[in-house]
Amino acid sequence: MIEVKNLTKRFGDKLAVNNISFEVSEGEVLGFLGPNGAGKSTTMNILAGYLSSNEGQALINGIDILDDPIAAKKNIGYLPEHPPLYLDMTVKAYLDFIYDLKKVKLPRKSHIAEICEVVKITDVYNRLIKNLSKGYRQRVGLAQAIIGNPKVLILDEPTVGLDPKQIIEIRSLIKRLGENHTVILSSHILPEVQAVCDKIIVINKGNVVANDTSDNLAHNLSSDHRLNVRIDGPEKEVEKLLKTIPGMVDVNPTRMVEKGVHEYVLESREDVDIRREMFKRLSSRNWPIMGLKSSELTLEEIFLKLTMDDVYSHSVALDNKDTGLNNEEVLSGGEK
Amino acid sequence: MVAVLRREFSSYFSSPIGYVFLAVFFAFSGFFLYITTLQTGTVNITSVFSQMFTILIFLIPILTMRLLSEDKKQKTDQALLTAPLSLTGLVVGKFLAAFFIFALGVSVMLLYAVVLSAFATIEWTVFFGNVVGLLLLGGALISVGLFVSGLTENQVVAAVGSFAIMMLLMLIDMIAGAIPIKFISNFIYKISFFDKYNEFTVGIFNFASILFFISFIVVFLFLTIRALEKRRWS
Repeated sequence: MIEVKNLTKRFGDKLAVNNISFEVSEGEVLGFLGPNGAGKSTTMNILAGYLSSNEGQALINGIDILDDPIAAKKNIGYLPEHPPLYLDMTVKAYLDFIYDLKKVKLPRKSHIAEICEVVKITDVYNRLIKNLSKGYRQRVGLAQAIIGNPKVLILDEPTVGLDPKQIIEIRSLIKRLGENHTVILSSHILPEVQAVCDKIIVINKGNVVANDTSDNLAHNLSSDHRLNVRIDGPEKEVEKLLKTIPGMVDVNPTRMVEKGVHEYVLESREDVDIRREMFKRLSSRNWPIMGLKSSELTLEEIFLKLTMDDVYSHSVALDNKDTGLNNEEVLSGGEK
Repeated sequence: MVAVLRREFSSYFSSPIGYVFLAVFFAFSGFFLYITTLQTGTVNITSVFSQMFTILIFLIPILTMRLLSEDKKQKTDQALLTAPLSLTGLVVGKFLAAFFIFALGVSVMLLYAVVLSAFATIEWTVFFGNVVGLLLLGGALISVGLFVSGLTENQVVAAVGSFAIMMLLMLIDMIAGAIPIKFISNFIYKISFFDKYNEFTVGIFNFASILFFISFIVVFLFLTIRALEKRRWS
């Protein structure tokens, strides 16, 4: 459905997108991840025909966006980072305008009414866009993209500025749209991408650094078997005991989470499951386990691991040595 | 194109710009009508038209300043440029929206002529020749304003920029007169707006002048399209 081949875009000297290639098949939802300035929006702008690429090709439904822009654009619904809204228009007038602009052939009234129903803007239908809240504006932007039922939807950070309830609504809406549309979306909210997308592309400094399903990404990157455990007991002795468990590679006490309860990050050999043995030993000393979770890499960590500069990861390693902090904490600290 | 035209046209009336433009246009043309015909007791309406030249130079930039600059600033150009619409359709739609507002202003001349015809017979062919001239002049100035508006995302810069160019077009005869080299000054006289427009106001319906204004409009619409195209590549 969407085919991107060796796309390159330069702004002056700055290389915004560097020779990226990927494919999205029909009915797939692709997530675009990357730090600010990574080239996500630029790539989306090229796909939507707003910018031209310096090199390479973008095919929408087999049509090159540069060769036959009008035919290609007929297949695209685009929600840019800033919804392209005319503030001096009412929602009704604006959607009517977009309907005409896209030369949609569907029955006007029922089609627009249906879309308003889907994105839940029916109650602001007759209000001026400049009087709407950010959440509503975002939804009008989404409505604008869906008008005409295009085969491909390109959504640049569709949930930005929404409250948590709206985010969940929009997410489930995108999921539903993904059933009969091809969707590309970008986001900073990583669980969102994980929840909604079939495939994820991580992009950094204009380069694709990962292109896989979200499960595969997590699986490939987590090499160590890591556990996060909270134990009620004296810190030093617990640590000593944990280290005696066969298969244990490393024990890292991190912090006291409540009175007498400490958190530890455990690393064991991949082929060993230490949980049963740990339970037996701790219960024999009467040190209850207050919490246990496997700390497989989250998307946040994958993301950071892939996009972190070498220099940065080096300094993290050094910091860890000095402070005794575990890697995970530094990473999540960096995220904030 | 029709969608863009319709939206732009109605947006003139959802902001004060359309009303201000029409009010000022009506006020000045009415004033000139009173001074040049009613007060002096003639029916020669052509001097109203020739006076309007200066007024247009001040008014047209107000009409055109936000046509493209505002889209760029508010990022609404992303909706326009990613829609299945050619750049030509977009630019022509915008041009026609401003032109129709302008034509709405010019239509008041018809009312003046009807009023005058109550007192004396009007030379209708001369009158309509004048209307065509004014419409062509307005169209040419709108195309300049549209082009400048496409170069910036600031309305004020667009207004001042197009005002400067239009002033230059008005003063072009003076500039030509100041150049001692004969063939250069002759060349500059050839692109004089004032001369060509004045022909209409004195009742000469010269096809060369009509063609001049129309080609001027086409050239500037073309330049506007290229300016938008260039933005995509830069």
